[in-house]
Amino acid sequence: MTALLEIRGARREFVTPEGGRLAALDGVDLDVGANEFVTLLGPSGCGKTTLLRAVSGFETLDGGTIRLDGADIAALPPFRRPVNTVFQSYALFGHMTVARNVGYALEVQGVPRATYEAEVAAALEKVGLSGLGGRKPSQLSGGQRQRVALARAIIAKPRLLLLDEPLSALDRNLRQQMQIELKALQHRLGIAFVFVTHDQEEALTMSDRIVVMRAGRIEQIGTPRDIYRQPKNRFVAEFIGETNLFPVLVERIEGATALARTDAGVVLAIPAEGRRAGERVTAILRPTDLALAGEGIRGTVTRAVYLGADLHLFVQPAAGGPEISVTTRDVASLPATGETVHLAHDPARVHLLAEA
Amino acid sequence: MRRQSVILGLLLGPVTLFLGVFFLLPLLIIALFSVLTPGLYGGVEWAFYHWNYGRVFGWADGITEIYEPVYLSILFRSLGFAAMTVGICLLLCYPVAFWVSRLPQRWRLVFLFLITLPFFSSLIVRLYAWLLILKPSGLLNGVLMATGLVEAPLEILYTPAAVVLGMVYVMIPFMFLPLYGAIDNLDRAQVEASLDLGATRVQTFVKVMLPQTLPGIMGGAVIVFIPSVGNFIVPDVLGGAKGLMIGNLVEQQFLSARNWPFGAALSMIIMSVVLVVLLTAVTRARKRSDTR
Repeated sequence: MTALLEIRGARREFVTPEGGRLAALDGVDLDVGANEFVTLLGPSGCGKTTLLRAVSGFETLDGGTIRLDGADIAALPPFRRPVNTVFQSYALFGHMTVARNVGYALEVQGVPRATYEAEVAAALEKVGLSGLGGRKPSQLSGGQRQRVALARAIIAKPRLLLLDEPLSALDRNLRQQMQIELKALQHRLGIAFVFVTHDQEEALTMSDRIVVMRAGRIEQIGTPRDIYRQPKNRFVAEFIGETNLFPVLVERIEGATALARTDAGVVLAIPAEGRRAGERVTAILRPTDLALAGEGIRGTVTRAVYLGADLHLFVQPAAGGPEISVTTRDVASLPATGETVHLAHDPARVHLLAEA
Repeated sequence: MRRQSVILGLLLGPVTLFLGVFFLLPLLIIALFSVLTPGLYGGVEWAFYHWNYGRVFGWADGITEIYEPVYLSILFRSLGFAAMTVGICLLLCYPVAFWVSRLPQRWRLVFLFLITLPFFSSLIVRLYAWLLILKPSGLLNGVLMATGLVEAPLEILYTPAAVVLGMVYVMIPFMFLPLYGAIDNLDRAQVEASLDLGATRVQTFVKVMLPQTLPGIMGGAVIVFIPSVGNFIVPDVLGGAKGLMIGNLVEQQFLSARNWPFGAALSMIIMSVVLVVLLTAVTRARKRSDTR
């Protein structure tokens, strides 16, 4: 399968106000398949927006190629690229009605009136805004504006839709609802989506694949599950979800498991495969991988946060070292702050990083 | 509640009084004078006299004067000159304002300061400087002839062109500032959205940038148009006989001809015409921005 979008060796440098050079993109390779929902995830300044703008044509690359359907589009101006964008601020045309906003791409193409009207009605219908075509954007709520921006961007049937943090201005409930709707819309339309966000939860919810970026480079590309369960390095592990990191020394191998110990003295059971005694690795345990038990890592509860279905505990190991974060189901006897508990884990759930 | 209205009264009182005495009252006097009989040696006689307007619109008294549309043609010429001034100022200022709004903050401030620089010296002095530039043996013709672009000096001074040139020069800051405000506020994301949706740069300009900067354009046009119609200083210095404008006529009636009622009538006519032109322009602009 050839990719719809093919980015090779994308480089872009900015000159900082102090006169220094900052690599916003430092050799990025990325493929996006047709119908794929790909999320660019990373902290602000990691280059994800620059990459998106390079695809839409508002940023020129210092090096590298961008191909869409095999054709190099790097030299095309934005209005010649079969790519549309949903902007972070929505960028709706304030002086036009909702209907005219939505139909803009057709209007500038000179599409005949009858087709235009039908397409605008259909696009409004798709995003659930039928009947609001006559309003001005200023008369709509945030969520409705978001939908107008979406309808406007898909009406010309782009090969690829780019979304630049489109949900960041919405409140939490609406955001979660829009996440589901966006994913459903993408599925229905059969258009590839490239979605930019700094919100890891958003990325996990919607994406077919997540691209984790840092300082102009791609740290890891994978399915949400891959990224969450098998992060390639500390940065990815810490950026996606809550993580307990244990830099450990492998002490001895006992069949399928190995025993490893942190410098402070916390002992963990880890998968033995490929390990040898005396090796230093980093063990990763998600809060949900640990459970309260009769034996295991002994520690004191420093904080207990009740979350409804779950209980979140912070446990200070008796041996020393950083606090361990644990999520367990709401149980009958809730441990109180200051109480001594034991934490057990399944060695198979431990993910190991070669770096110490 | 009562205390608030007392404070409000104290705050607004002086302004109301000032505007009433120095703005509204003179206006009423002009309106009244425009229908009174001219006194023999200036001033007015307290008798109704409609020929002040008749001389302009077609019913001259027939004894001292036979009707000729000379005043109407001067009025239309003034409106034309003012419209040209607005148009040229707009064409000159739009790209410059656009360019300035893209400069780094520091340079923008420098530029805005430069735009206001002419206000630091007298208008009359600056117009006489233009006189020196435009006259047949002046700077402009000197340069043109030295470079061989023209053989004989161009006769620019004392032509309508010189008047419009002078007015454009005087009015440019008034066009630039509101226009700059509007262009500076332009939402760049909307410009990008338009390009992203397939609109060419020209389409983007017409469909997105122009409508969004329309308030600035209208503001600048109004501020330039009003003083331009009644301007008499620029045509006085640079215009000569062919560049005579309605403002000069009013000035002459009050100062040299000593026919105050006729001058007052002309003033009232200018005011009504300007009002009608502006109201139509503004309402049409608003309507256009509402529909496709």
